[in-house]
Amino acid sequence: MLTIKDLYVSVEGTEILKGINLEVKPGEIHAIMGPNGSGKSTLANVIAGKEEYEVTHGSITYMGEDLLEQSPEDRAKAGLFLSFQYPVEIPGVPMVNFLKTAVNEHRKHRGEKELTAGEFLKFMREKMEMVDLHAQLTNRSVNEGFSGGEKKKNEIFQMALLEPKLAILDETDSGLDIDALKTVAHGVNALRTPENATIVVTHYQRLLDYIIPDYVHVLYQGKIVKSAGKELALQLEEKGYDWIKQENGN
Amino acid sequence: MSVLVEKADLSLKYTAHYNEVKESLREDSADVLNVPRNKAFQDFVMQGIPTRKNENYKYTNLQPQFYPEYRFIHRREPAKVDLNAVGRCDVPQLDTHLAYIFNGWYYENNKQVGQLPKGVILESLEKMAYEKPELLAKYGTLANTGDDPLVALNTAFAKDGYFLYVPKNTVVEKPIQLINFLQANQDAFVTQRNFIYVEEGVDVKIISCDHTLNLNKYLNNSVTEVFVGANANFEYYTLQNQHNQTTSLNSVFIHQERDSRATTLYSSLHGGLIRNNLKFILDGENAEANLYGMAFIDRKQHVDNFTQVIHAKPHCQSNQVYKNVLDDDSTGAFAGRIHVVRDAQKTNAFQRNNNLLLTDKATMQTKPQLIIDADDVKCSHGATVGQIDEEALFYLRSRGIEESKARLMMMNAFAHEVIQRISVEPLRDRIDELVDKRLKGEVARCHECAYNCEC
Ligand SMILES: Nc1ncnc2c1ncn2[C@@H]1O[C@H](COP(=O)(O)OP(=O)(O)O)[C@@H](O)[C@H]1O
Ligand SMILES: [Mg+2]
Repeated sequence: MLTIKDLYVSVEGTEILKGINLEVKPGEIHAIMGPNGSGKSTLANVIAGKEEYEVTHGSITYMGEDLLEQSPEDRAKAGLFLSFQYPVEIPGVPMVNFLKTAVNEHRKHRGEKELTAGEFLKFMREKMEMVDLHAQLTNRSVNEGFSGGEKKKNEIFQMALLEPKLAILDETDSGLDIDALKTVAHGVNALRTPENATIVVTHYQRLLDYIIPDYVHVLYQGKIVKSAGKELALQLEEKGYDWIKQENGN
Repeated sequence: MSVLVEKADLSLKYTAHYNEVKESLREDSADVLNVPRNKAFQDFVMQGIPTRKNENYKYTNLQPQFYPEYRFIHRREPAKVDLNAVGRCDVPQLDTHLAYIFNGWYYENNKQVGQLPKGVILESLEKMAYEKPELLAKYGTLANTGDDPLVALNTAFAKDGYFLYVPKNTVVEKPIQLINFLQANQDAFVTQRNFIYVEEGVDVKIISCDHTLNLNKYLNNSVTEVFVGANANFEYYTLQNQHNQTTSLNSVFIHQERDSRATTLYSSLHGGLIRNNLKFILDGENAEANLYGMAFIDRKQHVDNFTQVIHAKPHCQSNQVYKNVLDDDSTGAFAGRIHVVRDAQKTNAFQRNNNLLLTDKATMQTKPQLIIDADDVKCSHGATVGQIDEEALFYLRSRGIEESKARLMMMNAFAHEVIQRISVEPLRDRIDELVDKRLKGEVARCHECAYNCEC
């Protein structure tokens, strides 16, 4: 589904990713862990299509097509979804407008009829329950005045509305208390099918108690320095990242 | 030819014209209008047509706008069509008291004014100057001809416009809508003079829409004086939608007594050069002034909003929010002056101007000016000139929304802050729609208008 080959990425002249290889198949859950600043968000943003990141070498193939050629909106419509580490506030753009437009763009792309305002509200209410998002929040502008936890729930809520094939959750656990964490994890698990895949980006193993990964990769200084099964997450929890740092000569 | 000679020529041209018509200007006009003419014209000559050297016109050079050979419309000329049939152009769902102004003259055949509350007068200024001069006792007291050459020129030429009087404690439920049409058989210079007198305890809302009905060049120099009595609520919404060969010069003066609230909102969509002079005088305690504006311009359009708020008495509040979206080579300016006079303690004055530049070539000048002669005062001002927030744009796109659509959502969001201040709901919806159309690049013309000017 997603194949990353020898990917090098720079931002403003600084090389951040230095030869990433990753293969994600339908139905799989991958965890990408690593200390702060190692390049996890950079990888997530490059996959989503953020323009300020320059790919200097390597390739990303998604569903058999060259992903790097596609605009962010085309990637989204092809089933890619990024839950942002820091969702941006957009004053003046009403939540409902935004969500309805996004859902209908996806429907149009799939050749389905666009939802009317009434139909959309009904659809929205069902999905809202799933992530326990306060109904009042949908009366606001996008993310405006949302707490950290509400922003994260809102990301998963959008994921529920858009039903992606490949979801990348960038530090979705940070800022959530344990109940919210469970709700979010429950939401993510409920959206799983044998056809779709998830990449969970985190530097704590906490979320992985609830979303059980098939593979765990450790990203450090722009490279994947270790890949193994879910036991690696527990090992990291026990030994801390110093262990990785020492092994890599720091 | 040197600039100096041209300038002198231009003033001479207007002087020669005035001398030619000054006798005939007095015909069919009452004393109220005639008495100030000569002094006004002298004041105009003293000041001249503003250049950038005039501090108040630093960002708008008006000289080129005064060069063309305009025909002056100093006499009432019948409209070529029944304006009532042209329709309620821009705000079709709106139930209003509707009157037309044709080339600056109050249309003699207004049929859609409907039943105004008892005592309310909506009429031609020319007529009221004869019939009710006592209601025009304050004519010219706000629009000081010594302070501004456009006001001076308007006062010298003033023949007609609309007159509105709302007696004490009258609530005018339906908004009053004034549609200003420009249509002449050649390039034309139009002078419009309006007078609004709103007594104590009144509640009235005005919607003023500016349109052109054909492609000739126009210069419209209008002056409106507004007196707002104690405890009254006055709202004035204006929609500027003339073609891009038009020069639209508007000076509005608002005098407020205690506990009154006055709100103005300018939506500038089309028009070649638009200059809005707006002066508020808060002359009674606890008065509140709200000044809102938004402009969406492209190509070579130029919009300049110049505001002055005088806090003359303590415990008053003023709020200003102006937002502009500039595309192509368009240029804009905002200059906002807040003057808190001595002893106007506990003044609360707020001002903000935000601008979105869509190209590298569009430019915006923004200048706040605070003159504060009292010590217990809260004043704040802020201005931004920037591009669309790329982070937010990426967020929208990452959810599958096309870039162009995402940009549009962001621009609408930008305007939203001003649009939401419109208290008349159908008007708010309509302006929302017009702004959306304007931003999409669809010409936001009146759908129901009989004239389809392609401009
Ligand atoms: N837009 C950017 N401009 C400059 N540097 C950046 C930018 N984004 C990320 N970086 C740098 O790249 C490195 C990796 O950042 P990031 O991908 O956010 O790491 P992580 O998500 O693993 O904490 C950091 O050193 C960070 O400062
Ligand atoms: Mg990160």
